[in-house]
Amino acid sequence: MVSEGPAQRQSAESAYHFAQAALAKGHEVIRVFFYHDGVHVGARASTPPQDERNIGAQWSALAAEQGLDLVVCVAAAARRGVLDEEAGRRLDQAPAPGSLLPGFRAAGLGQLIESGIDADRLIVF
Amino acid sequence: MATPARKRFLWMSRRAPHGSVQAQEGLDALLMAVAFEQPVSVVFLDDGVYQLKRDQDPARIGRKNFCAGFPSLGIYDVHDIYAERESLALRGLREEDLLMPVRVVDSAALGALMEAHDVVMSF
Amino acid sequence: MLHLVNRSPFEERTIDACLRVAAPGSAVLLYEDGVYAGVRGTGVAGRLEAAAREMRVCVLEEDLAARGLQDAALVPGVHRVDYDGFVELAIEYDSVTTWR
Repeated sequence: MVSEGPAQRQSAESAYHFAQAALAKGHEVIRVFFYHDGVHVGARASTPPQDERNIGAQWSALAAEQGLDLVVCVAAAARRGVLDEEAGRRLDQAPAPGSLLPGFRAAGLGQLIESGIDADRLIVF
Repeated sequence: MATPARKRFLWMSRRAPHGSVQAQEGLDALLMAVAFEQPVSVVFLDDGVYQLKRDQDPARIGRKNFCAGFPSLGIYDVHDIYAERESLALRGLREEDLLMPVRVVDSAALGALMEAHDVVMSF
Repeated sequence: MLHLVNRSPFEERTIDACLRVAAPGSAVLLYEDGVYAGVRGTGVAGRLEAAAREMRVCVLEEDLAARGLQDAALVPGVHRVDYDGFVELAIEYDSVTTWR
């Protein structure tokens, strides 16, 4: 789980490096859940300066390469304006609402709890 | 909705209630674990013990009184609710200042409690 | 259990809470701004040294280097690990919790 926003803390970066190291060792990352301010990572509209790394875009690329399931909490995202109105209405059904980066989907907190039940380890960044 | 596998969840709340939405969103996650019929224990420590303060009136600052729901957790079969003794003492809180009775445990007991759960999340 | 701490010890009391509660025999990994706690000679070094006698205390190499501390002397008993080591710690211990 990524719990903090890319502009406030390093969470999304640390989780990214950890996921890469875990995948390189042959482990499976069944899901990455973005909660609290972490939902900002999946926001399509965020554009950091060109000489800075865009961690959201990097997660997108890693998801495409490794088939990762990137889930933005729908309630937390709606509260912070990360999901647009239309996406908010469609909630769980949308594979990639327009306001999210490719590879991200919006879903409920149940996805986090389900991961906690199914995975051998749930790690919060 | 219930998943057959069961994990013992320990939900640790370490943030004061109204200065951020962290604690409130943490409660949402707790209720979801309950909805998945997983055994959940709850611990309040550090500034999280301020969530248990009685007589909160967050409407005065335009915030929701989500802490008022804690005494109802028993309805959802959440009975193991703890607060850390050291956190209460450091903040000058006594048990009669709290909005509900909780099991007050010391740090060492809390450390053992963490070891006894499968998924420990702090909000 | 593996405990993760990512806050500077001078900004928040997170490391104090972790060391107060963590059971002997568990592990603590300091990462992000948490790595500042692992450096020798700070005001919290004594606390860390005492903790390192009861549990395994590690500091994330990449975060040290990012902060200009790649060559810094660490508190006695505190070890460096990299992201590979972080993954191995997460496997070695039954569960992982983050003090955030």
